[in-house]
Amino acid sequence: MKITPGGVVAAEWTKFSSLRSTWITTGISVVLLIAFGMIASASFSGDSLSAVDLALSGSTLAALAVGVLGALLGAGEYTTGMIRATLAAVPRRLPVLWSKSLVAGVAALVTMTAGAFAAFALGSAVLNDAIGGLGLRDDGVLRALLGAGLYLGLVAVLGVALGMLVRSSAGAIAILAGLLLIVPGLAALLPDSISETVTPYLPSNAGSAVMALTQGDNTLAPWTGLAVFAGYVVVALAVAAFRLKKTDA
Amino acid sequence: MIQVREVSKQYGAKTVVDRLSFTAKPGQVTGFLGPNGAGKSTTMRMVVALDAPTAGDVLVNGRPYASSKAPLREIGVLLEARAMHPGRTAVSHLLALARTHGISRSRVDEVLDLAGLSAVAHKRVGAFSLGMGQRLGIAAALLGDPAVVMLDEPVNGLDPEGVLWVRNLLTGLAAEGRTVMLSSHLMSEVSLIADHLVIIGRGRLLADTTVADFVTAEGVRVVTAAPDALRTAIAGPGITVTSTGAEELLVAGTTARAIGLAAAGRGIPLFELTPQNASLEEAFMALTHNAVEYEAAR
Repeated sequence: MKITPGGVVAAEWTKFSSLRSTWITTGISVVLLIAFGMIASASFSGDSLSAVDLALSGSTLAALAVGVLGALLGAGEYTTGMIRATLAAVPRRLPVLWSKSLVAGVAALVTMTAGAFAAFALGSAVLNDAIGGLGLRDDGVLRALLGAGLYLGLVAVLGVALGMLVRSSAGAIAILAGLLLIVPGLAALLPDSISETVTPYLPSNAGSAVMALTQGDNTLAPWTGLAVFAGYVVVALAVAAFRLKKTDA
Repeated sequence: MIQVREVSKQYGAKTVVDRLSFTAKPGQVTGFLGPNGAGKSTTMRMVVALDAPTAGDVLVNGRPYASSKAPLREIGVLLEARAMHPGRTAVSHLLALARTHGISRSRVDEVLDLAGLSAVAHKRVGAFSLGMGQRLGIAAALLGDPAVVMLDEPVNGLDPEGVLWVRNLLTGLAAEGRTVMLSSHLMSEVSLIADHLVIIGRGRLLADTTVADFVTAEGVRVVTAAPDALRTAIAGPGITVTSTGAEELLVAGTTARAIGLAAAGRGIPLFELTPQNASLEEAFMALTHNAVEYEAAR
Protein backbone atom coordinates (compact mmCIF):
# COMPACT_ATOMS: atom_id res chain seq x y z
CA MET A 1 0.00 0.00 0.00
CA LYS A 2 1.60 3.22 -1.14
CA ILE A 3 1.01 6.25 -3.32
CA THR A 4 1.46 5.57 -7.01
CA PRO A 5 1.00 7.98 -9.93
CA GLY A 6 -1.64 5.62 -11.33
CA GLY A 7 -3.40 5.59 -7.97
CA VAL A 8 -3.60 9.38 -7.87
CA VAL A 9 -4.99 9.43 -11.42
CA ALA A 10 -7.54 6.75 -10.46
CA ALA A 11 -8.49 8.83 -7.42
CA GLU A 12 -8.97 11.93 -9.55
CA TRP A 13 -11.09 9.93 -11.98
CA THR A 14 -13.22 8.75 -9.05
CA LYS A 15 -13.66 12.35 -7.94
CA PHE A 16 -14.50 13.44 -11.49
CA SER A 17 -16.99 10.69 -12.20
CA SER A 18 -18.71 10.70 -8.81
CA LEU A 19 -20.08 14.23 -9.13
CA ARG A 20 -23.34 14.92 -10.87
CA SER A 21 -22.11 18.39 -11.86
CA THR A 22 -19.29 16.98 -14.00
CA TRP A 23 -21.69 14.92 -16.09
CA ILE A 24 -24.08 17.82 -16.44
CA THR A 25 -21.34 20.25 -17.50
CA THR A 26 -19.83 17.73 -19.91
CA GLY A 27 -23.27 17.01 -21.36
CA ILE A 28 -23.98 20.71 -21.80
CA SER A 29 -20.65 21.19 -23.59
CA VAL A 30 -21.43 18.45 -26.09
CA VAL A 31 -24.97 19.71 -26.63
CA LEU A 32 -23.76 23.27 -27.21
CA LEU A 33 -21.16 22.08 -29.69
CA ILE A 34 -23.63 20.00 -31.69
CA ALA A 35 -26.66 22.29 -31.45
CA PHE A 36 -24.86 25.45 -32.51
CA GLY A 37 -23.10 23.56 -35.30
CA MET A 38 -26.44 22.35 -36.63
CA ILE A 39 -28.13 25.74 -36.35
CA ALA A 40 -25.27 27.50 -38.12
CA SER A 41 -25.06 24.81 -40.81
CA ALA A 42 -28.76 25.06 -41.54
CA SER A 43 -29.10 28.82 -41.51
CA PHE A 44 -25.87 30.27 -42.91
CA SER A 45 -25.82 30.97 -46.60
CA GLY A 46 -22.81 33.26 -47.17
CA ASP A 47 -19.63 32.18 -48.89
CA SER A 48 -17.01 32.98 -46.24
CA LEU A 49 -17.38 29.79 -44.21
CA SER A 50 -17.07 26.13 -45.12
CA ALA A 51 -19.21 23.25 -43.91
CA VAL A 52 -16.62 22.37 -41.23
CA ASP A 53 -16.34 25.92 -39.96
CA LEU A 54 -20.11 26.00 -39.64
CA ALA A 55 -20.27 22.61 -37.93
CA LEU A 56 -17.80 23.85 -35.32
CA SER A 57 -19.59 27.17 -34.67
CA GLY A 58 -20.48 25.93 -31.21
CA SER A 59 -16.84 25.57 -30.23
CA THR A 60 -16.64 29.00 -28.57
CA LEU A 61 -19.49 28.21 -26.20
CA ALA A 62 -18.33 24.62 -25.77
CA ALA A 63 -14.90 25.97 -24.83
CA LEU A 64 -16.49 28.10 -22.15
CA ALA A 65 -18.43 25.09 -20.87
CA VAL A 66 -15.46 22.71 -20.67
CA GLY A 67 -13.37 25.50 -19.19
CA VAL A 68 -16.02 25.89 -16.49
CA LEU A 69 -15.90 22.12 -15.96
CA GLY A 70 -12.15 22.27 -15.36
CA ALA A 71 -12.45 25.35 -13.15
CA LEU A 72 -15.12 23.69 -11.00
CA LEU A 73 -12.96 20.59 -10.59
CA GLY A 74 -9.97 22.64 -9.56
CA ALA A 75 -11.58 25.32 -7.42
CA GLY A 76 -14.16 22.89 -5.99
CA GLU A 77 -11.37 21.28 -3.95
CA TYR A 78 -10.91 24.56 -2.14
CA THR A 79 -14.50 25.80 -1.92
CA THR A 80 -15.64 22.52 -0.35
CA GLY A 81 -12.61 21.94 1.89
CA MET A 82 -11.92 18.62 0.14
CA ILE A 83 -8.39 19.88 -0.55
CA ARG A 84 -7.43 19.19 3.07
CA ALA A 85 -8.31 15.50 2.72
CA THR A 86 -6.76 15.39 -0.74
CA LEU A 87 -3.42 16.87 0.29
CA ALA A 88 -3.28 14.97 3.57
CA ALA A 89 -3.45 11.81 1.44
CA VAL A 90 -1.00 13.13 -1.19
CA PRO A 91 1.27 15.51 0.70
CA ARG A 92 3.65 15.91 -2.24
CA ARG A 93 0.76 17.84 -3.78
CA LEU A 94 1.88 18.21 -7.40
CA PRO A 95 0.66 14.74 -8.48
CA VAL A 96 -2.84 15.98 -7.62
CA LEU A 97 -2.59 18.86 -10.10
CA TRP A 98 -1.11 16.71 -12.86
CA SER A 99 -3.68 13.95 -12.35
CA LYS A 100 -6.62 16.30 -12.18
CA SER A 101 -5.45 18.02 -15.37
CA LEU A 102 -4.97 14.69 -17.09
CA VAL A 103 -8.42 13.40 -16.13
CA ALA A 104 -10.22 16.63 -17.07
CA GLY A 105 -8.18 17.01 -20.26
CA VAL A 106 -8.68 13.45 -21.48
CA ALA A 107 -12.38 13.44 -20.56
CA ALA A 108 -12.92 16.69 -22.47
CA LEU A 109 -10.75 15.49 -25.37
CA VAL A 110 -12.74 12.29 -25.79
CA THR A 111 -16.22 13.79 -25.42
CA MET A 112 -15.45 16.89 -27.47
CA THR A 113 -13.80 14.93 -30.31
CA ALA A 114 -16.90 12.75 -30.44
CA GLY A 115 -19.01 15.92 -30.25
CA ALA A 116 -17.08 17.54 -33.10
CA PHE A 117 -17.59 14.52 -35.36
CA ALA A 118 -21.27 14.39 -34.41
CA ALA A 119 -21.64 18.12 -35.09
CA PHE A 120 -20.02 17.65 -38.49
CA ALA A 121 -22.21 14.67 -39.39
CA LEU A 122 -25.43 16.27 -38.18
CA GLY A 123 -24.44 19.68 -39.52
CA SER A 124 -23.78 18.15 -42.96
CA ALA A 125 -27.18 16.47 -42.85
CA VAL A 126 -29.00 19.78 -42.37
CA LEU A 127 -26.51 21.87 -44.34
CA ASN A 128 -27.88 24.93 -46.11
CA ASP A 129 -28.18 24.35 -49.86
CA ALA A 130 -25.99 27.39 -50.55
CA ILE A 131 -22.95 25.73 -48.90
CA GLY A 132 -20.91 23.01 -50.55
CA GLY A 133 -20.84 19.79 -48.58
CA LEU A 134 -17.56 18.27 -47.41
CA GLY A 135 -16.48 14.75 -46.55
CA LEU A 136 -13.98 13.50 -43.95
CA ARG A 137 -11.51 12.81 -46.76
CA ASP A 138 -11.51 16.42 -47.91
CA ASP A 139 -8.45 18.52 -47.18
CA GLY A 140 -8.23 19.69 -43.57
CA VAL A 141 -11.58 18.32 -42.43
CA LEU A 142 -10.15 15.59 -40.24
CA ARG A 143 -7.53 17.98 -38.87
CA ALA A 144 -10.20 20.55 -37.97
CA LEU A 145 -12.38 17.99 -36.18
CA LEU A 146 -9.54 16.33 -34.27
CA GLY A 147 -8.09 19.76 -33.59
CA ALA A 148 -11.38 20.85 -32.05
CA GLY A 149 -11.19 17.94 -29.60
CA LEU A 150 -7.57 18.76 -28.74
CA TYR A 151 -8.28 22.46 -28.28
CA LEU A 152 -11.29 21.83 -26.04
CA GLY A 153 -9.30 19.24 -24.06
CA LEU A 154 -6.63 21.87 -23.45
CA VAL A 155 -9.27 24.42 -22.44
CA ALA A 156 -10.44 22.00 -19.73
CA VAL A 157 -6.85 21.75 -18.47
CA LEU A 158 -6.61 25.55 -18.48
CA GLY A 159 -9.77 25.60 -16.36
CA VAL A 160 -8.26 23.16 -13.85
CA ALA A 161 -5.07 25.23 -13.64
CA LEU A 162 -7.01 28.46 -13.10
CA GLY A 163 -9.28 26.81 -10.53
CA MET A 164 -6.35 25.45 -8.52
CA LEU A 165 -4.55 28.77 -8.88
CA VAL A 166 -7.25 31.20 -7.73
CA ARG A 167 -9.06 28.68 -5.48
CA SER A 168 -12.46 30.19 -6.19
CA SER A 169 -14.98 28.94 -8.74
CA ALA A 170 -16.31 32.38 -9.54
CA GLY A 171 -12.83 33.87 -9.85
CA ALA A 172 -11.55 31.09 -12.08
CA ILE A 173 -14.60 31.20 -14.35
CA ALA A 174 -14.36 34.99 -14.64
CA ILE A 175 -10.69 34.81 -15.64
CA LEU A 176 -11.41 32.00 -18.08
CA ALA A 177 -14.29 33.84 -19.74
CA GLY A 178 -12.16 36.98 -19.83
CA LEU A 179 -9.26 35.20 -21.52
CA LEU A 180 -11.36 33.37 -24.07
CA LEU A 181 -14.11 35.86 -24.87
CA ILE A 182 -13.30 39.37 -23.70
CA VAL A 183 -9.59 39.73 -24.42
CA PRO A 184 -10.04 39.30 -28.21
CA GLY A 185 -12.66 42.06 -28.11
CA LEU A 186 -10.39 44.36 -26.16
CA ALA A 187 -7.52 43.72 -28.57
CA ALA A 188 -9.69 45.08 -31.35
CA LEU A 189 -9.67 48.44 -29.57
CA LEU A 190 -5.91 48.73 -29.92
CA PRO A 191 -4.39 50.69 -32.83
CA ASP A 192 -4.62 48.58 -35.98
CA SER A 193 -0.89 48.00 -36.37
CA ILE A 194 -0.57 46.55 -32.86
CA SER A 195 -3.90 44.76 -32.94
CA GLU A 196 -3.02 42.91 -36.14
CA THR A 197 0.23 41.63 -34.66
CA VAL A 198 -1.22 40.66 -31.31
CA THR A 199 -4.64 39.25 -32.21
CA PRO A 200 -3.53 35.92 -33.72
CA TYR A 201 -1.60 35.11 -30.55
CA LEU A 202 -4.48 35.67 -28.13
CA PRO A 203 -5.46 32.40 -26.44
CA SER A 204 -8.79 31.67 -28.06
CA ASN A 205 -7.68 32.94 -31.49
CA ALA A 206 -4.52 30.86 -31.44
CA GLY A 207 -6.38 27.77 -30.26
CA SER A 208 -9.21 28.17 -32.75
CA ALA A 209 -6.76 28.31 -35.66
CA VAL A 210 -6.56 24.51 -35.60
CA MET A 211 -10.30 24.25 -36.25
CA ALA A 212 -10.45 26.66 -39.19
CA LEU A 213 -10.55 24.99 -42.58
CA THR A 214 -9.32 28.04 -44.43
CA GLN A 215 -6.75 30.28 -42.78
CA GLY A 216 -7.46 34.01 -42.90
CA ASP A 217 -4.62 36.54 -43.28
CA ASN A 218 -4.77 37.23 -39.61
CA THR A 219 -4.56 33.76 -38.14
CA LEU A 220 -1.73 31.42 -37.25
CA ALA A 221 -1.16 28.14 -39.06
CA PRO A 222 -3.36 25.39 -37.50
CA TRP A 223 -0.77 23.46 -35.48
CA THR A 224 1.23 26.59 -34.67
CA GLY A 225 -1.94 28.08 -33.23
CA LEU A 226 -2.65 25.00 -31.13
CA ALA A 227 0.98 24.97 -29.93
CA VAL A 228 0.70 28.62 -28.87
CA PHE A 229 -2.47 27.82 -26.95
CA ALA A 230 -0.78 24.82 -25.34
CA GLY A 231 1.97 27.23 -24.29
CA TYR A 232 -0.59 29.35 -22.41
CA VAL A 233 -1.90 26.21 -20.71
CA VAL A 234 1.62 25.18 -19.68
CA VAL A 235 2.25 28.63 -18.20
CA ALA A 236 -1.03 28.50 -16.27
CA LEU A 237 -0.18 25.00 -14.97
CA ALA A 238 3.30 26.12 -13.92
CA VAL A 239 1.93 29.07 -11.95
CA ALA A 240 -0.75 26.86 -10.37
CA ALA A 241 1.90 24.26 -9.46
CA PHE A 242 4.06 26.93 -7.88
CA ARG A 243 1.20 28.19 -5.73
CA LEU A 244 0.08 24.68 -4.81
CA LYS A 245 3.57 23.71 -3.68
CA LYS A 246 4.54 26.92 -1.94
CA THR A 247 1.47 28.14 -0.10
CA ASP A 248 -0.55 26.71 2.75
CA ALA A 249 -3.55 24.71 1.68
CA MET B 1 4.54 9.07 17.09
CA ILE B 2 4.17 12.79 16.47
CA GLN B 3 7.11 15.01 17.35
CA VAL B 4 6.54 18.74 17.26
CA ARG B 5 9.88 20.46 17.63
CA GLU B 6 10.24 24.17 18.34
CA VAL B 7 7.51 24.93 15.84
CA SER B 8 6.37 28.48 15.15
CA LYS B 9 3.78 29.71 12.71
CA GLN B 10 3.23 33.31 11.79
CA TYR B 11 0.53 34.74 9.59
CA GLY B 12 1.86 38.14 8.74
CA ALA B 13 2.68 39.83 12.04
CA LYS B 14 0.49 37.49 14.08
CA THR B 15 2.20 34.57 15.77
CA VAL B 16 -0.30 31.74 16.00
CA VAL B 17 2.07 29.05 17.24
CA ASP B 18 5.09 30.08 19.25
CA ARG B 19 8.07 27.71 19.65
CA LEU B 20 5.84 24.79 20.52
CA SER B 21 7.37 21.41 21.34
CA PHE B 22 5.71 18.21 22.45
CA THR B 23 5.58 14.54 21.60
CA ALA B 24 2.55 12.30 21.23
CA LYS B 25 3.68 8.75 21.98
CA PRO B 26 2.45 5.38 20.74
CA GLY B 27 0.08 3.48 22.98
CA GLN B 28 -1.23 6.65 24.56
CA VAL B 29 -4.11 8.99 23.98
CA THR B 30 -2.75 12.51 23.94
CA GLY B 31 -5.28 15.24 24.62
CA PHE B 32 -4.44 18.50 22.89
CA LEU B 33 -6.15 21.29 24.74
CA GLY B 34 -6.46 25.00 24.56
CA PRO B 35 -9.07 27.71 24.33
CA ASN B 36 -10.48 28.59 20.92
CA GLY B 37 -7.83 30.30 18.85
CA ALA B 38 -4.95 28.82 20.84
CA GLY B 39 -3.35 27.37 17.72
CA LYS B 40 -4.50 23.74 18.00
CA SER B 41 -5.88 23.43 14.49
CA THR B 42 -2.91 25.24 12.99
CA THR B 43 -0.56 22.86 14.78
CA MET B 44 -2.49 19.85 13.52
CA ARG B 45 -2.43 21.22 9.98
CA MET B 46 1.34 21.56 10.26
CA VAL B 47 1.63 17.92 11.37
CA VAL B 48 0.19 16.76 8.04
CA ALA B 49 2.05 19.42 6.04
CA LEU B 50 -1.04 21.36 5.01
CA ASP B 51 0.61 24.43 6.51
CA ALA B 52 4.35 24.92 6.54
CA PRO B 53 5.87 26.01 9.88
CA THR B 54 7.61 29.38 9.87
CA ALA B 55 10.29 27.77 12.04
CA GLY B 56 10.92 24.36 13.55
CA ASP B 57 9.77 21.04 12.22
CA VAL B 58 7.29 18.25 12.76
CA LEU B 59 8.03 14.55 12.43
CA VAL B 60 5.44 11.82 11.98
CA ASN B 61 6.84 8.42 12.91
CA GLY B 62 10.30 9.96 12.79
CA ARG B 63 10.05 11.52 9.32
CA PRO B 64 8.66 14.65 7.74
CA TYR B 65 5.14 13.71 6.64
CA ALA B 66 5.52 14.81 3.02
CA SER B 67 8.40 12.37 2.49
CA SER B 68 6.27 9.33 3.31
CA LYS B 69 5.61 6.80 0.56
CA ALA B 70 2.29 5.81 2.10
CA PRO B 71 1.04 8.84 4.04
CA LEU B 72 -2.36 7.35 4.87
CA ARG B 73 -0.57 4.45 6.53
CA GLU B 74 1.44 6.84 8.72
CA ILE B 75 -1.35 9.03 10.00
CA GLY B 76 -5.09 9.38 9.65
CA VAL B 77 -6.53 12.80 10.32
CA LEU B 78 -9.85 14.43 10.92
CA LEU B 79 -9.50 18.16 10.66
CA GLU B 80 -11.86 20.60 12.24
CA ALA B 81 -13.79 21.77 9.22
CA ARG B 82 -15.44 19.27 6.91
CA ALA B 83 -13.02 18.18 4.21
CA MET B 84 -15.40 16.62 1.72
CA HIS B 85 -17.38 17.58 -1.37
CA PRO B 86 -21.10 17.77 -0.53
CA GLY B 87 -22.05 16.38 -3.92
CA ARG B 88 -20.25 13.08 -3.45
CA THR B 89 -21.61 10.00 -1.70
CA ALA B 90 -19.89 8.74 1.42
CA VAL B 91 -18.55 5.72 -0.42
CA SER B 92 -17.18 7.77 -3.36
CA HIS B 93 -15.52 10.18 -0.95
CA LEU B 94 -13.69 7.34 0.75
CA LEU B 95 -12.94 5.58 -2.55
CA ALA B 96 -11.34 8.73 -3.96
CA LEU B 97 -8.99 8.84 -0.99
CA ALA B 98 -8.42 5.07 -0.96
CA ARG B 99 -7.44 4.90 -4.63
CA THR B 100 -4.44 7.22 -4.12
CA HIS B 101 -2.86 4.42 -2.07
CA GLY B 102 -4.37 1.44 -3.84
CA ILE B 103 -6.49 0.69 -0.76
CA SER B 104 -9.15 -1.90 -1.58
CA ARG B 105 -12.87 -1.34 -1.90
CA SER B 106 -13.43 -3.86 0.88
CA ARG B 107 -11.45 -1.67 3.30
CA VAL B 108 -13.72 1.24 2.37
CA ASP B 109 -16.78 -0.84 3.28
CA GLU B 110 -15.03 -1.93 6.46
CA VAL B 111 -14.45 1.61 7.74
CA LEU B 112 -17.96 2.65 6.71
CA ASP B 113 -19.26 -0.22 8.78
CA LEU B 114 -16.96 0.65 11.67
CA ALA B 115 -18.30 4.21 11.64
CA GLY B 116 -21.88 2.98 11.49
CA LEU B 117 -22.44 4.55 8.08
CA SER B 118 -23.16 1.46 5.96
CA ALA B 119 -26.83 2.37 5.66
CA VAL B 120 -26.05 5.83 4.28
CA ALA B 121 -22.99 4.85 2.22
CA HIS B 122 -24.70 5.84 -1.02
CA LYS B 123 -26.21 9.08 0.28
CA ARG B 124 -24.67 12.36 -0.73
CA VAL B 125 -22.50 13.89 1.96
CA GLY B 126 -24.24 17.26 1.63
CA ALA B 127 -27.33 15.72 3.23
CA PHE B 128 -25.38 14.44 6.24
CA SER B 129 -25.88 15.85 9.72
CA LEU B 130 -22.89 17.28 11.54
CA GLY B 131 -22.53 14.04 13.49
CA MET B 132 -22.66 11.86 10.38
CA GLY B 133 -20.08 14.11 8.74
CA GLN B 134 -17.84 13.61 11.78
CA ARG B 135 -18.28 9.85 11.56
CA LEU B 136 -17.36 9.92 7.88
CA GLY B 137 -14.31 12.04 8.68
CA ILE B 138 -13.26 9.50 11.30
CA ALA B 139 -13.87 6.65 8.84
CA ALA B 140 -11.58 8.46 6.36
CA ALA B 141 -8.93 8.83 9.06
CA LEU B 142 -8.94 5.06 9.65
CA LEU B 143 -8.83 4.15 5.95
CA GLY B 144 -5.11 3.42 5.77
CA ASP B 145 -4.99 1.51 9.08
CA PRO B 146 -2.61 4.25 10.27
CA ALA B 147 -0.04 4.08 13.05
CA VAL B 148 -1.12 7.54 14.20
CA VAL B 149 -4.65 8.87 14.45
CA MET B 150 -5.07 12.61 14.92
CA LEU B 151 -8.52 14.08 15.32
CA ASP B 152 -9.45 17.73 15.68
CA GLU B 153 -12.54 18.16 17.89
CA PRO B 154 -13.82 14.65 17.05
CA VAL B 155 -16.91 14.69 19.24
CA ASN B 156 -18.18 17.98 17.85
CA GLY B 157 -21.78 17.47 16.84
CA LEU B 158 -21.95 13.83 17.95
CA ASP B 159 -24.85 12.54 20.00
CA PRO B 160 -24.13 10.84 23.34
CA GLU B 161 -23.93 7.45 21.67
CA GLY B 162 -21.47 8.85 19.14
CA VAL B 163 -19.36 10.40 21.89
CA LEU B 164 -19.17 7.03 23.62
CA TRP B 165 -18.28 5.37 20.32
CA VAL B 166 -15.39 7.81 19.73
CA ARG B 167 -14.19 7.31 23.29
CA ASN B 168 -14.11 3.51 22.98
CA LEU B 169 -12.65 3.66 19.50
CA LEU B 170 -9.78 5.91 20.55
CA THR B 171 -8.90 4.03 23.71
CA GLY B 172 -9.04 0.82 21.65
CA LEU B 173 -6.69 2.27 19.02
CA ALA B 174 -4.23 3.34 21.71
CA ALA B 175 -4.43 -0.09 23.32
CA GLU B 176 -3.38 -1.57 19.98
CA GLY B 177 -0.20 0.48 20.30
CA ARG B 178 -1.15 3.33 18.01
CA THR B 179 -0.50 6.96 18.71
CA VAL B 180 -3.78 8.78 19.28
CA MET B 181 -4.07 12.53 19.54
CA LEU B 182 -7.26 14.48 19.84
CA SER B 183 -7.89 18.14 20.35
CA SER B 184 -10.62 19.82 22.26
CA HIS B 185 -11.40 23.03 24.02
CA LEU B 186 -13.33 21.06 26.63
CA MET B 187 -11.27 19.57 29.41
CA SER B 188 -14.08 17.40 30.71
CA GLU B 189 -14.30 15.59 27.38
CA VAL B 190 -10.61 14.92 27.05
CA SER B 191 -9.98 13.88 30.64
CA LEU B 192 -12.19 10.84 30.11
CA ILE B 193 -10.07 9.48 27.25
CA ALA B 194 -6.60 10.95 27.44
CA ASP B 195 -3.58 9.66 29.33
CA HIS B 196 -1.36 12.54 28.37
CA LEU B 197 -2.23 16.22 28.15
CA VAL B 198 -0.68 18.93 26.04
CA ILE B 199 -2.20 22.28 26.89
CA ILE B 200 -1.52 25.39 24.85
CA GLY B 201 -2.65 28.99 25.04
CA ARG B 202 -1.89 31.67 22.50
CA GLY B 203 0.29 29.23 20.62
CA ARG B 204 2.54 28.47 23.56
CA LEU B 205 2.96 25.33 25.57
CA LEU B 206 1.35 25.77 28.98
CA ALA B 207 1.52 22.23 30.26
CA ASP B 208 2.79 18.87 29.06
CA THR B 209 1.63 16.45 31.69
CA THR B 210 -0.52 13.46 32.54
CA VAL B 211 -4.17 13.69 33.48
CA ALA B 212 -3.33 12.29 36.92
CA ASP B 213 -0.63 14.90 37.58
CA PHE B 214 -2.67 17.74 36.22
CA VAL B 215 -5.36 17.24 38.83
CA THR B 216 -3.01 16.55 41.70
CA ALA B 217 -5.13 17.09 44.71
CA GLU B 218 -4.48 20.39 46.38
CA GLY B 219 -5.03 18.46 49.62
CA VAL B 220 -7.70 17.41 52.02
CA ARG B 221 -9.61 19.95 54.04
CA VAL B 222 -10.09 18.79 57.60
CA VAL B 223 -12.18 20.47 60.25
CA THR B 224 -11.55 19.10 63.72
CA ALA B 225 -11.87 20.04 67.38
CA ALA B 226 -8.24 19.11 68.00
CA PRO B 227 -6.08 20.31 65.13
CA ASP B 228 -2.83 19.98 67.05
CA ALA B 229 -3.51 16.38 68.07
CA LEU B 230 -4.40 15.54 64.48
CA ARG B 231 -1.19 17.13 63.21
CA THR B 232 0.83 14.74 65.32
CA ALA B 233 -1.39 11.79 64.44
CA ILE B 234 -0.90 12.11 60.70
CA ALA B 235 2.66 13.46 60.60
CA GLY B 236 4.90 11.58 58.22
CA PRO B 237 7.30 12.00 55.32
CA GLY B 238 5.92 13.95 52.38
CA ILE B 239 2.90 15.10 54.32
CA THR B 240 2.41 18.81 54.79
CA VAL B 241 -0.20 20.30 57.05
CA THR B 242 -1.24 23.91 56.83
CA SER B 243 -3.53 25.64 59.25
CA THR B 244 -6.25 27.48 57.41
CA GLY B 245 -8.43 28.46 60.39
CA ALA B 246 -8.94 27.89 64.08
CA GLU B 247 -10.25 24.39 63.54
CA GLU B 248 -9.26 23.91 59.93
CA LEU B 249 -6.29 22.17 58.37
CA LEU B 250 -5.29 21.61 54.76
CA VAL B 251 -3.39 18.35 54.48
CA ALA B 252 -1.38 17.50 51.40
CA GLY B 253 0.46 14.30 50.54
CA THR B 254 -2.00 11.81 51.95
CA THR B 255 -5.55 10.66 51.39
CA ALA B 256 -8.81 11.48 53.17
CA ARG B 257 -9.08 7.79 54.04
CA ALA B 258 -5.71 7.73 55.82
CA ILE B 259 -6.54 10.89 57.75
CA GLY B 260 -9.92 9.50 58.81
CA LEU B 261 -8.38 6.24 60.00
CA ALA B 262 -5.64 8.05 61.93
CA ALA B 263 -8.18 10.33 63.59
CA ALA B 264 -10.45 7.43 64.53
CA GLY B 265 -7.49 5.53 65.96
CA ARG B 266 -6.75 8.41 68.34
CA GLY B 267 -10.38 9.24 69.04
CA ILE B 268 -10.06 12.70 67.46
CA PRO B 269 -13.45 14.01 66.37
CA LEU B 270 -13.66 15.22 62.77
CA PHE B 271 -16.40 17.56 61.59
CA GLU B 272 -15.41 17.64 57.99
CA LEU B 273 -13.07 15.66 55.73
CA THR B 274 -13.10 16.87 52.14
CA PRO B 275 -10.63 16.12 49.33
CA GLN B 276 -9.92 19.44 47.61
CA ASN B 277 -9.57 18.29 44.04
CA ALA B 278 -9.59 21.32 41.88
CA SER B 279 -11.73 20.13 39.01
CA LEU B 280 -9.90 19.56 35.76
CA GLU B 281 -11.97 22.25 34.20
CA GLU B 282 -11.02 24.76 36.93
CA ALA B 283 -7.35 23.88 36.68
CA PHE B 284 -7.53 24.21 32.91
CA MET B 285 -9.34 27.54 33.10
CA ALA B 286 -6.87 28.90 35.63
CA LEU B 287 -3.95 27.81 33.50
CA THR B 288 -5.20 29.21 30.23
CA HIS B 289 -6.61 32.33 31.84
CA ASN B 290 -3.21 33.15 33.29
CA ALA B 291 -1.64 32.70 29.90
CA VAL B 292 -4.03 35.12 28.35
CA GLU B 293 -3.44 37.69 31.09
CA TYR B 294 0.30 37.26 30.82
CA GLU B 295 0.08 37.91 27.12
CA ALA B 296 -2.26 40.86 27.45
CA ALA B 297 -0.01 42.56 29.98
CA ARG B 298 2.96 42.63 27.66
